[in-house]
Amino acid sequence: MADVAVQHSVAGAYEPSLFGTYSKKIGMWLFLLSDSLTFGALLFAYSYGRISTPNWPTPFGKSSIINATVMTVCLLSSSLTMVLGVLASKKGDHKATVKWLLATMFFGALFVVLHAKEWSGLIHEGLRPFSNPWAKNVPQFGGTFFTLTGMHMLHVTIGVCYLGVVALRKKWIPILLGIWLLGWLLTPATNVFHIGIHVLLLVAAISALILFLKPKVYDAHDVEIAGLYWHFVDLVWMFIFPLVYLMSTKVV
Amino acid sequence: MHDVALKPGVAAVHEESRTPYYFVWVALLILTGIEVVLTYNQVFAPVRMLEVLMGLSVIKSAMIIFYFMHLKFEIARMKWVLMVALVVCLTLMFVFFADAFRILSLGVK
Repeated sequence: MADVAVQHSVAGAYEPSLFGTYSKKIGMWLFLLSDSLTFGALLFAYSYGRISTPNWPTPFGKSSIINATVMTVCLLSSSLTMVLGVLASKKGDHKATVKWLLATMFFGALFVVLHAKEWSGLIHEGLRPFSNPWAKNVPQFGGTFFTLTGMHMLHVTIGVCYLGVVALRKKWIPILLGIWLLGWLLTPATNVFHIGIHVLLLVAAISALILFLKPKVYDAHDVEIAGLYWHFVDLVWMFIFPLVYLMSTKVV
Repeated sequence: MHDVALKPGVAAVHEESRTPYYFVWVALLILTGIEVVLTYNQVFAPVRMLEVLMGLSVIKSAMIIFYFMHLKFEIARMKWVLMVALVVCLTLMFVFFADAFRILSLGVK
């Protein structure tokens, strides 16, 4: 099915694409271009603060760095499984495609869980958006840290759900609702993720709208553009990991 | 099914093997390991360390964009339009760093 209705009388309606590819892919690249500027602005703002503040906090000890390195390995591995999923979908191997997409979702979900654990630990130590226990005169550390990593965590969460829609379609909705309920019940009421997990409810509602209003079998093109989004999320982390974690390493 | 007519022999029409992707994945892991080792041993002063880490990140992101995101297989026009737009916009943001260094040299507390 075409993405846009084309009138036969319109001149140039059947001209080949200017960029030699299909419209959905160009649309996703344009979205990623705009999203990279959003992340670019956040990363530059963080770097500005990091450079201009000599006593920037260095709260990330050995365990935090190991945790963040494992998170990085998860995302890099998820990119590999994603690209293998794209290859399988191009060959028309539906079973293998779903298998690789599920593997990607697993690594993505593991990343979010590890990140949530990291956040909870820092909040427990006293990190807040406008204050931190390590450098009293650098109150902007918490705000910039939570904004940058929170924005990325949101992107990963949306990415996992996006892949769930592509791989499992309507079966994904009850699974997502189950994850939301479990997460909500298992996190303590004082934990920030007890409230934050409601993002999944919103995503479930949007996914249900898409799946019920425009039901379709997702083809190789859909898997490829989902892959573009996923790799972008991985790419952004390649900057956040060194900038936020490695540049604030506490070496004993 | 294609949404638009594609020229044969250009984008999205290529037989791929998995091997290059495994190599890229291993290279990305090795570069990540190098970043961690450099930081933990505090090989450079903070600003130089930032430059080195960002340089390694640019290499890693180029590998992700060209191999995992398949930009390598797109036509030249697509590559140039996307990359030039991205690099120019992000480079413009460097203008703020002059002020960051100025504040640092002023010793603002």
